Amino acid sequence: MKSVRCVDLCKTYRQGDLEVTGLDHVDLEINEGGFVCLSAPSGGGKTTLLNAIGGLDTPDSGEIYLAGDRIDNLSKGELAEMRLHQIGFVFQAYNLIPVLTARENVEFVMEVQGVAAASRRKRSLELLEEVGLGGLGDRLPAQMSGGQQQRVAVARAIASRPALVLADEPTANLDSQTSDQLMELFVELNEHHKTTFVIATHDQRVMAYARRVIHMLDGRIVDDERRDEA
Amino acid sequence: MGDMKIVLRLAWRNLWRNHRRTLIMLAAIVVGTWAMIFMTALMRGMVDEMVKDGISVLPGHVQVHHPDFRDDPTISNVIGPPSGELLEALRRPEVVAWSTRVRVPAVISSEQDTRGVTLVGIDPDQERGVSFVADDMTEGRFLESPDDKGLVVGRKLVEKMETDLGKRVVIMTQDPENEIADRGFRIVGIFDSKLDQYEEGFVFAGQGTIQNLLGVGDAISEVAILGTDYRDVEGLTRRVADAAGADTEVLPWNEIDTYLGSMLAVMDGFVIVWIVVIFLALSFGLVNTLVMAVFERVREIGLMLALGMTPRSILTQIVAESTLLLVLGLAIGNLLAWATIEPLKSGIDVSIVGEGMEFFGAASVLYPALYLKDVVLANVIVIVLGFLASLSPAWRASRYDPVRAITQVE
Ligand SMILES: Nc1ncnc2c1ncn2[C@@H]1O[C@H](COP(=O)(O)OP(=O)(O)O)[C@@H](O)[C@H]1O
Ligand SMILES: [Mg+2]
Repeated sequence: MKSVRCVDLCKTYRQGDLEVTGLDHVDLEINEGGFVCLSAPSGGGKTTLLNAIGGLDTPDSGEIYLAGDRIDNLSKGELAEMRLHQIGFVFQAYNLIPVLTARENVEFVMEVQGVAAASRRKRSLELLEEVGLGGLGDRLPAQMSGGQQQRVAVARAIASRPALVLADEPTANLDSQTSDQLMELFVELNEHHKTTFVIATHDQRVMAYARRVIHMLDGRIVDDERRDEA
Repeated sequence: MGDMKIVLRLAWRNLWRNHRRTLIMLAAIVVGTWAMIFMTALMRGMVDEMVKDGISVLPGHVQVHHPDFRDDPTISNVIGPPSGELLEALRRPEVVAWSTRVRVPAVISSEQDTRGVTLVGIDPDQERGVSFVADDMTEGRFLESPDDKGLVVGRKLVEKMETDLGKRVVIMTQDPENEIADRGFRIVGIFDSKLDQYEEGFVFAGQGTIQNLLGVGDAISEVAILGTDYRDVEGLTRRVADAAGADTEVLPWNEIDTYLGSMLAVMDGFVIVWIVVIFLALSFGLVNTLVMAVFERVREIGLMLALGMTPRSILTQIVAESTLLLVLGLAIGNLLAWATIEPLKSGIDVSIVGEGMEFFGAASVLYPALYLKDVVLANVIVIVLGFLASLSPAWRASRYDPVRAITQVE
């Protein structure tokens, strides 16, 4: 079973009179348990592709399957349900809810899912420890650095043990040491829980952890570099 | 919805995010609620006094007449004095007092002037319990018995007719055969009334004296009955009607004096209009605050949607935020209204402005009347309309595009 399958995805944005290519006939299959990097220069279409796979944005044409189920024709409500239960997200620009503490942010997805308070709490404390934020659980996002916020977002993305994690430049705000810690965490989750990771990045250090790197340019896949079966 | 707890927590935290804005809006709701309830209590108090005074002037709560009396209030349409079942009904505890009256149109002449009035023959002992006249004598004495030969008139009439206490006047009216019946009376007492029309339009004499003058034996025009509460006269009216039999017409005060009767209904309508008007003023602020709050939060609302929170939960969150604010404002507003009305219960002296108000039948001391139904109405209107007003910004928030929220770089 493929974790992700994209068939001939196209997406064009309109900026005034200009037509901008977001995705240009993208075909892609990612195995369950894969650890894949999407690499492209800025504007290459990484975010557009992640949003399409994550059911946040619909392509103009093409088909998307997650774990074998077609998602590009689902309703908004069905997509929300799907995102809540199947995907962990780390977004590029904006990740945390300002009125919730670090711990509450980590627990957010679990709480919306209806996970009991006790197990939520246990998991969030464990994860905050793991991303190096033990003791900072009661801080509000505004009281944390960009890197700390990013790690809270990562903890939230994996908290509910989703089958698929989509991370959009997760290390953009992190120093190299923290960024290595984070990637090691991803690798560990990938190996132990068979969680599939798709990570958009243009950071070479991140790509070093990947078993497959898909290179994009102007919305097209230009190279698919498989380091082992993924 | 399983995520109700987090939805409410988010609503509550977001409410206190912009302290200043929330406190200003809260103050507006508090003041608005206070104004709704306080002003309503004042107006209720005023109208209650007017109605009570109006009832005490003559109508009582329920009256028994000849069926034709209202169309033709002359001595031709009379009934016998209460007896049998009716008398029994009048002795029940729900009847506080009752009196019989002979009532005819008449002309009164002094040396200077002649005027049309309503001549009322009363039994002074009975009448004391029902209407105002005995308490409002300012000069001379009240009638002493049904056979009293004196006449009690209003202060205004005395002035207009340039007569005075102790002087003689002539009363002229028609007997049942349409023959002129007239008699001289000495003015033995002068009364004051809150309503000029009563001072000018009504004169009182002994009931027996008038029955003699008209040659009608013991026939009377009406029985006026006072119950325990003027707002609840339906039952009393029905029971008196059953006892009085078919040859009579039994009516409650609000059908006898339709002006007074409509006053209460008009007041009910006015209270609703008043509450809604204040609410509308409030709702502009409320909707504006919400629109602003929602607009500022495009990104985090988009984020919540992206993470899989349903649009419905977002909608609930915004509505909950507005409802929390309203409930808080209402609670404080209600308390404030109660705290300001309670010390004024013993009456507010408005005699300075009261002079001009007498024309409308208003009293010079105002007793605010806090009715539970008005308080409930104000609260229900604010909550229900507030809920409806917040739906539009909440709906807008629930339609936000998650992609815009998460890709837009600040
Ligand atoms: N909402 C949008 N409106 C218009 N153009 C967009 C929008 N989002 C992305 N684009 C354009 O689509 C192209 C791909 O963007 P994106 O997927 O964000 O690239 P990346 O994430 O690799 O930097 C870029 O040229 C970008 O300008
Ligand atoms: Mg991007």
